[in-house]
Amino acid sequence: MSIKINHLTHIYNSGTAFEKKALDDVSLEIRKGEFVGLIGHTGSGKSTLIQHLNGIIPPTQGEILLDGENIHKDKAKLKEVRRRIGLAFQYPEYQLFEMTVYKDVAFGPTNMQLPKEEIHANVVSALETVGIAPELYEKSPFELSGGQKRRVAIAGVLAMNPEVLILDEPTAGLDPKGRDEILQAIKRLHEERGITVILVSHSMEDVAKLVDRIIVMHDGKIAMLGTPKEVFCHVKDLESMGLAAPQVSYVFTALKEKGYEVPLDVYTVEEAKKVLLNFVKQVSV
Amino acid sequence: MIRDITIGQFYPVDSPIHRLDARVKLTMTFIYIITLFMINSFIGYFFVIGTLLAVIKVSKVPIKFMLKGIKSIMLIIIFTAFINLFMTRGEQILWQWGFLSLTLEGIFLALKMCIRLVLLIIGSSVLTLTTTPIQLTDAIEYMLRPFKKIGVPAHEIAMMMTIALRFIPTLLDETDKIMKAQQARGADFDTGNLMQKAKSLIPILVPLFISAFRRAEELAMAMEARCYHGDENRTRMNRMTMQRRDYHALVMGLVYIVAIFGLRYVSYLLPFII
Ligand SMILES: Nc1ncnc2c1ncn2[C@@H]1O[C@H](COP(=O)(O)OP(=O)(O)O)[C@@H](O)[C@H]1O
Ligand SMILES: [Mg+2]
Repeated sequence: MSIKINHLTHIYNSGTAFEKKALDDVSLEIRKGEFVGLIGHTGSGKSTLIQHLNGIIPPTQGEILLDGENIHKDKAKLKEVRRRIGLAFQYPEYQLFEMTVYKDVAFGPTNMQLPKEEIHANVVSALETVGIAPELYEKSPFELSGGQKRRVAIAGVLAMNPEVLILDEPTAGLDPKGRDEILQAIKRLHEERGITVILVSHSMEDVAKLVDRIIVMHDGKIAMLGTPKEVFCHVKDLESMGLAAPQVSYVFTALKEKGYEVPLDVYTVEEAKKVLLNFVKQVSV
Repeated sequence: MIRDITIGQFYPVDSPIHRLDARVKLTMTFIYIITLFMINSFIGYFFVIGTLLAVIKVSKVPIKFMLKGIKSIMLIIIFTAFINLFMTRGEQILWQWGFLSLTLEGIFLALKMCIRLVLLIIGSSVLTLTTTPIQLTDAIEYMLRPFKKIGVPAHEIAMMMTIALRFIPTLLDETDKIMKAQQARGADFDTGNLMQKAKSLIPILVPLFISAFRRAEELAMAMEARCYHGDENRTRMNRMTMQRRDYHALVMGLVYIVAIFGLRYVSYLLPFII
């Protein structure tokens, strides 16, 4: 299962005073089992891009290929595309509407007309994955805390058993605890089920820790693409796009500027500790 | 699709019509609507259409936007046309079936009513497309001022309208987002019978109401935190002042009224040009 995007352009409100080119000739491939981070300043087109991937909005120009087939070729298959590519919108808790947590999570798989037993199994496993305890299943989703609501909403997407999970800023507006719980759940999903994950975020620290590959968007275009090591070397470029690199990258860039011979591709605290201790050892010898 | 609703949607360009005082525009729209019901001839309608097209041209708003409002009341127009076409009694019966009869008078009446409705909608769209909601409600508050003495809460009415108008685009955007989110979970709003379609609205309406109430509560808190207490002793940041161009516009409005009366008179004298 691979997703290929060819020369995708999207213009909102075409032909009016509100016209806005949100995506400009974007080409990209996402491979099976990858964990991709999508970062960019507000308004750079991240949400627009991911909403194309499961056919929620049609391209103005270009095409999206799922296993080599244009997803808009056969309208009847669009529902299946949406099952295979699960998309959790930004602030997904605003989509909750059912009487109970269980029913809300079952909404997706029921729409997909899965067999009853499969729905039950999917719902329970999705809620388990995001860490919602069984005693909450029969509660109203509106009684839960902010972080719990969001996890229930993400479970609602997971319960369709997607092969690709796309999350639009899943940690926005959460406290550190809520944020860690969500990121843990996503990490578990990727490791245990091996599903492809696309994580939209503008927290570099979150992205740095988790992903294999980073896509940086700027002004509707892909500005950078590579492993975290490759991307976070370019602190200055990131800043010119209104982004920041992880804190550790700044420390190492500053050290290098002072003339210390340190590598620039360090971006997590653990790695930094190792490198610095090594460095100090070498210098003191 | 959801963006077809143009009411309360300001079109941001700079034009002489946009720059006019909102009170002037409001008054002129009133006059315009009243004249629509005074016209009794097709010549009159030609004149009004001509004037309207000229105003639209000056306003720099694409005509496409003006026409969008019509789509949403298409059903009412068709219904009106149907009633007038077949229910009008007249002398020259062209076709009859049961209680339905098609008469020459009916055709003319239906045509006039439809033109009237369309002109009504387009005319009011000109007002809302060229005036920001804030200006519009300020103007309404001003116009309602004389009625304060008899206990009409002019300021409160205007404030409620401002808030309502302000939140139309927000709620539309919100609806759009919620629809997309539920579609991503396989919701289907287009197929099925009437019952199924009505049921498929629940996943949109529940979140929409919840978010509307949340927004209302937040707004009320924010207003109270800034000591909002209604009309008393309240001053304005943007005071409305009449400019020379506003007086020019009023004079043109006067000319328009005279012309309408003139055309009425002409069609009495020369009834054959209908
Ligand atoms: N539904 C919409 N209608 C019109 N313009 C939109 C809509 N959604 C997004 N945009 C515009 O498209 C651009 C990209 O937005 P978006 O994809 O949401 O960026 P991001 O998710 O990176 O913040 C922005 O300028 C935004 O204002
Ligand atoms: Mg976004």
